[in-house]
Amino acid sequence: MIPEIGHFALILALIVALIQGVFPIIGATRGNVVWMGLAQPAARAQFLLVAVAFICLAYAFATMDYSVTYVASNSNSRLPLQYRIAAVWGGHEGSLLLWAVILSVWTVAVSFFSKHLPSAMRARILGVMGLISVGFLLFMLSVSNPFERLIPAAMDGRDLNPLLQDPGMVFHPPMLYMGYVGFSVAFAFAIAALLGGELDSAWARWSRPWTTLAWVFLTIGIMAGSNWAYYELGWGGWWFWDAVENASFMPWLVGTALMHSLAVTEKRGSFKAWTVLLAICAFSLSLLGTFLVRSGVLTSVHAFATDPRRGLFILAFLVLVIGGSLLLFAWRAPTVGRGGKFGVVSRESFLLANNVLLAVAAISVLFGTLYPLFLDALGLGKISVGPPYFDTVFAPLMAPALFLMGVGPIARWKQATLPELAMRLRWAFGISVATAVILPLLLGHWTPMIGLGLFLAFWIFATTANLVYQRLRGSDQSLMARIKSNSYSWWGMVIAHLGIAVFTLGVTVVKGFESEIAVRMSPGDVAHLAGFDFTFEGVTEIEGPNYSASRGHIRITKNGIERTLINPEKRLYHVQNMPMTEAGISPSVIHDLYASLGEPLDGGAWSVRIYHKPMVEWVWFGCLMMAFGGLLAISDRRYRLKSRTKPLPENATEIST
Amino acid sequence: MKRALLPLIIFLVVVGFLFVGLNLDPREVPSPLVGKPAPAFSLPRLDNADKMISNKDMLGKVWLFNVWASWCGACRDEHHVLVALSKSGVVPIYGLDYKDTRLDALQWLAERGNPYVATAVDENGRVGIDYGVYGVPETYVIDKAGVIAYKQIGPITEAVLRDKILPLVKRLQIQ
Amino acid sequence: MKLIFRVVTVCCLMLIANAWADEARPLHDDVAVEAQVQRLSEELRCLVCQNQTLADSHSELAEDLRQEIRVMATKGMSDQQITDYLVERYGDFVRYRPPLKSTTLLLWFGPFALLLGGGIGLFLMLRRRAKSAGNLPLSADEARKVNALLNEES
Repeated sequence: MIPEIGHFALILALIVALIQGVFPIIGATRGNVVWMGLAQPAARAQFLLVAVAFICLAYAFATMDYSVTYVASNSNSRLPLQYRIAAVWGGHEGSLLLWAVILSVWTVAVSFFSKHLPSAMRARILGVMGLISVGFLLFMLSVSNPFERLIPAAMDGRDLNPLLQDPGMVFHPPMLYMGYVGFSVAFAFAIAALLGGELDSAWARWSRPWTTLAWVFLTIGIMAGSNWAYYELGWGGWWFWDAVENASFMPWLVGTALMHSLAVTEKRGSFKAWTVLLAICAFSLSLLGTFLVRSGVLTSVHAFATDPRRGLFILAFLVLVIGGSLLLFAWRAPTVGRGGKFGVVSRESFLLANNVLLAVAAISVLFGTLYPLFLDALGLGKISVGPPYFDTVFAPLMAPALFLMGVGPIARWKQATLPELAMRLRWAFGISVATAVILPLLLGHWTPMIGLGLFLAFWIFATTANLVYQRLRGSDQSLMARIKSNSYSWWGMVIAHLGIAVFTLGVTVVKGFESEIAVRMSPGDVAHLAGFDFTFEGVTEIEGPNYSASRGHIRITKNGIERTLINPEKRLYHVQNMPMTEAGISPSVIHDLYASLGEPLDGGAWSVRIYHKPMVEWVWFGCLMMAFGGLLAISDRRYRLKSRTKPLPENATEIST
Repeated sequence: MKRALLPLIIFLVVVGFLFVGLNLDPREVPSPLVGKPAPAFSLPRLDNADKMISNKDMLGKVWLFNVWASWCGACRDEHHVLVALSKSGVVPIYGLDYKDTRLDALQWLAERGNPYVATAVDENGRVGIDYGVYGVPETYVIDKAGVIAYKQIGPITEAVLRDKILPLVKRLQIQ
Repeated sequence: MKLIFRVVTVCCLMLIANAWADEARPLHDDVAVEAQVQRLSEELRCLVCQNQTLADSHSELAEDLRQEIRVMATKGMSDQQITDYLVERYGDFVRYRPPLKSTTLLLWFGPFALLLGGGIGLFLMLRRRAKSAGNLPLSADEARKVNALLNEES
């Protein structure tokens, strides 16, 4: 019964989405107030219907209803409840439902927080989001139905993939989807502006907080995925340039460019066409990512079970949505108009350079990901493009962008001069170069990449510190008052930029100075790494809810003083008969000590890999700082609608500092 | 207008490739050995551990080299096709028993029929590596000069036999 | 007599000490060879579990290939020779670092060419924009106000 209710709710949602997608947009063109007014209630009704469908599927999982094919494929009676719920998005059909739910969440949020928008624009935005919803609902109802019945019902389920039975599964996909799908709002704003012909700084101001919020979620989602891979896969890696990792990283890169571009369009009215194109591209890359994971076109550790019909559907959807929006762009962009003039050296040009660099980086990642497909399709052979390629290409591409992060914020709008900038940055430059040279020598190992990474990280630290110092000094006010006199938006930028420096420092140090050993350990044996002593105290056999494990005990000491105990495990999940490792990790600010069990050898001994990962936690902490900076920026006073004493007239724009 | 069309054009080109990609298999690894001489091997025979079999024994005739194992599920699927082919006498089939045990292999053939003129035992898989074997079953079509003409990855179906292998074998036998 | 006693005692003590706190032995004895195996395995793709490197994969073929590499490394073959050996048998697919060939020139140089092109294009566009007409002259008062606003640096 419940699955049928869910199925029916999806059908109703499709009808509502069609109404939401078609009438408001046509109504906006014709000035039909009734049709435009359909958008908000339709958006809210759709949210309720999709939410009902989602709850029905979750209920089927919670009550172990194996008469639903999807539940039988992804669950099991011994699976703990939290993973049974997370299993809702563990497979293709359910994750599509998650997509639809999250899209409806963003849509309903826009429908509530859009009172200050002109009604035509609001109608178009909700209409575009409705059309995207139509695509996903149609996809589910035609070739990917999560509520399909299994007759006769299975006795028990095939279990969720053991790799996914982890808190990371509860957290990472929803966060990631909130980000991915959130870029649909910026996309809808861009299409609405192209359709209506009103592309101005007001449009940019309205669009910006939505874009930043989606970016914040995507940052957290990617960070969560990376951290999860780190402790779950057992080999200490945290980024593999896998096709689907790239599929989430490309929207992030373009989204970052978009945020910066919106800043310029809001303040100076420039870059309008470019900003619109970025908004279209960011969401297009999200959709492309959806295609890549589900079509079987690329192999990936994340790929869902593939079916050529599904791939074809999504491809057709891509052509409609992306092709359509790019066609609209080609038609309307030349009419968009230019905006303020600015010099060759100015804050605008630095931000534009940042955009170009991020765009080139995103294109390169896309290129590397799709290149094996290009060659295969042309019959030119089969190659693999993996981490060695991306590591070699990506770092040099991003280096100029990181360098510009120090220059952009202090450059003046409209016109700046290079000699003046160089003068103001000379101390920061000196400190960065010195640190990049001296620090590795102190730590005993120098390579050009380490030098470059350290230089860039400290460059951003030094220039940002200088920026803050210049802003906060020279006033009679107290320090708190001086801090408060700068907007949340500005502080958000400072913290986010510092987050990038922290991230860069973490990546440079961990890749430059990490070490590992692979040893054979019998109980009582001691291994040494990075000045620490790892004593293997043997293995105990334990039983989990749906697995049995050999739990290792390793005592870490330094100079005889005990530091901690870590427990790497080797698990066997019964239903799928799949072995899995859980790493034993001792994290700290300075380094992680990481051990994973290999195979049992003769005589009670085990093969063990032990890793020393200096400053690896800075990688994820940097991402959290970036996300926090973004949140601060969104909570800036000018977005707080309650503080408005009077509503904005329909055509007003404001000059903001 | 023209410059603004560029993103659309690039997108359509990418879509074209993605469309072609839907029909390709990214997991399949084509063999670089096609067109090159079959790697030399000299291994003990399955039916008689004291006698050796080598690729040189097959020079002068076209033959199929089928990599199989008793633990391989997909090998069961293709086995009846091989047995029928061996009965037809069109082309001799030699087997490579890959990473298997003698007892299991002999029992497997006894239960399902033996399509092979002879089977070489590759217990540690080294000859498999030389041939670029990465999964089981795989089959090579080798010509009279000992050059690999074709590699079939995965089980041989009736369709593959009819459309690819038999025409090729006939062409090579005329040479 | 005393010397023998001392030697025997020291040997006994060493034996006891060893029995109580053994140094963990590396899984494979030759550290230099092992470093080469690890280095190469990290850049090669497992053909069975195709989303893992040879270093990380637990599949049997990966174990066999790692062993092959170990044998070759022990014989003193160079990284290039070992890689060539595997490419001969499995093709370029097995390399995660795409080789530089006519078909991969675009892959390796494309991004940098794009960067260069993007940079030049940007520079030309900025210059063209800066030169284009359209600025109304400001009065001295307006000029002062504009300068004050610009210098706020927000």
